[in-house]
Amino acid sequence: MTTATPLNTAAIREEFPILSREVHGHPLVYLDNAATTQKPQSVIDALSSYYSTMNANIHRGLHTLAEEATAAYEDVRKQVATFINAGSHREVVFTRNTTESLNLLAYTLGARLKPGDEIVLTAAEHHSNLVPWQLVTQRTGAKLRFIELNDDQQIDVDTAQAAINANTRIVSIVHMSNVLGSIAPVAEISEMARSVGATMIVDAAQSAPHIPVDVADLGVDYMAFSAHKMLGPTGVGVLWGRQELLADLDPFLGGGEMISVVTREESSWAALPHKFEAGTPNIADVIAFGAALDFLNDVGMDAIAAHDAELTHYAVDRLSHLEGLDIYGPSDPADRSAVIAFNYRDIHSHDVATILDRGGIAVRAGHHCAQPLMRTLGVPATARASFYLYNERSEVDALVDGLLEAGERFGFERQI
Amino acid sequence: MASNRESQNPVDLDDLYRDVILDHYRRPRNRGAREDATVSAEGFNPSCGDEIQLSVAILDGAVDGVGFGGSGCSISQSSASMMTEAMSGRSIDSARVMSKHVQQMLTDDSFDIDAVDLGDLEALSGVAKFPVRIKCGLLAWKVLDQVLANATGESISDDGDIPTRVTSG
Repeated sequence: MTTATPLNTAAIREEFPILSREVHGHPLVYLDNAATTQKPQSVIDALSSYYSTMNANIHRGLHTLAEEATAAYEDVRKQVATFINAGSHREVVFTRNTTESLNLLAYTLGARLKPGDEIVLTAAEHHSNLVPWQLVTQRTGAKLRFIELNDDQQIDVDTAQAAINANTRIVSIVHMSNVLGSIAPVAEISEMARSVGATMIVDAAQSAPHIPVDVADLGVDYMAFSAHKMLGPTGVGVLWGRQELLADLDPFLGGGEMISVVTREESSWAALPHKFEAGTPNIADVIAFGAALDFLNDVGMDAIAAHDAELTHYAVDRLSHLEGLDIYGPSDPADRSAVIAFNYRDIHSHDVATILDRGGIAVRAGHHCAQPLMRTLGVPATARASFYLYNERSEVDALVDGLLEAGERFGFERQI
Repeated sequence: MASNRESQNPVDLDDLYRDVILDHYRRPRNRGAREDATVSAEGFNPSCGDEIQLSVAILDGAVDGVGFGGSGCSISQSSASMMTEAMSGRSIDSARVMSKHVQQMLTDDSFDIDAVDLGDLEALSGVAKFPVRIKCGLLAWKVLDQVLANATGESISDDGDIPTRVTSG
């Protein structure tokens, strides 16, 4: 971990208007960042400014507004390319969200599979990187294989090696688990995928917000993530793919914008990335995503990663001192980032979440769109606290106090 | 604003976690399947994973006894536990009316709780003030509706939000 200067969270918090509101008479303690993050004023302003000053449909218009909106939209594509160290902005496709990016890949790549081919996922996938591939197996007769968790609830090189073989055509894995917080060794697994000639996909929905993500270092073929989990608006996802691979894929959705020449009988496709952006895209939200990337760059992804790691370490330490509290995921806090799933006493996570909410503390409870992982962990549900650059130690303390209160309500003696 | 609405009509955690609810959660009544069951049914809440299984002995047009199984939050499990006690010895018609009243209490703002006698089940009335928890309270009753329909030779479809089905009967 880099020795970045600690974040000035007090100053950062002032940029997020929602963080000054109260919930049930208490200051909001927002610990549901793995679901979606809050938005800084600059992102909110960018949305409003777009509609106030340059709203127009892009790419086709010949007037000034269309020109300005097109330039602003395409500038964000370049920003995204820089943010993930892509070879070209043509490799960046805007979608609705990570789920749509992964469905695009499952639909287009999946069409090439045949019975006997294998798709390798992990035991920790979000439903968004599981269900689309299940649909592929129904259509093609290809089979799913899973990289299992090791004894420390992590994906490691050995567990990956056990699942990848000569039949593997696609490896699609979560980079950072939205439940365990663990980070998979993607670069090593990419090597394995390449050695058997498989396509390598990484779901970076949780990692891109929290750690520097460099597609060249990771060695992957495709990567998917969402703007709304990294300070941007909802409704914008990114699919990154290596240019020669994207160029070789068939379109996913057909319509306006994605074509070159259309006759009654057939069409030819627009150049990358427009081949994959049929119809009017989410112009305003993409432009506002640019403001979110500016914010992240100004703070610095190394500094954010260090802050999240430090806070996670502190939270694991405080929570693990509570009697009857089970934390899921890697035992060493250094092996996880920003996400802590837990159960407390025999109190169901929904009761925990309701009681915490009455104290203004927002956490997630349930299966976290990862039902197979819940079964692997042997629990029906968990509570989950997840952090971001504006969270502070005092909020972890509030979480611990809230849990003690929940314990008391369910008849456990309060611990000191 | 939510905060304004709340200041006019404060909602407290004590409304949700009444003593009788926590008591049924900690010491569930009639937990386990009944060997003499004539109808069994199950249901679950896809949004949170709560599950309830009921095994019900129906004798001469009345509920002789109910056993329940499943897992989930305090509201879903205590609602089931209280229901098993309230149903015992009740005619099918009376059971239907009570199920309807409890479900109205949980979902219908205009329901007049004073017009009916629901006994301990009135403790569930506070759940209505916590919109995201209403389905937790409803689950056991939706499964019961399947059982009662089956007992009189009917078949009802679930509403999709809370899938339920008869497993034997």
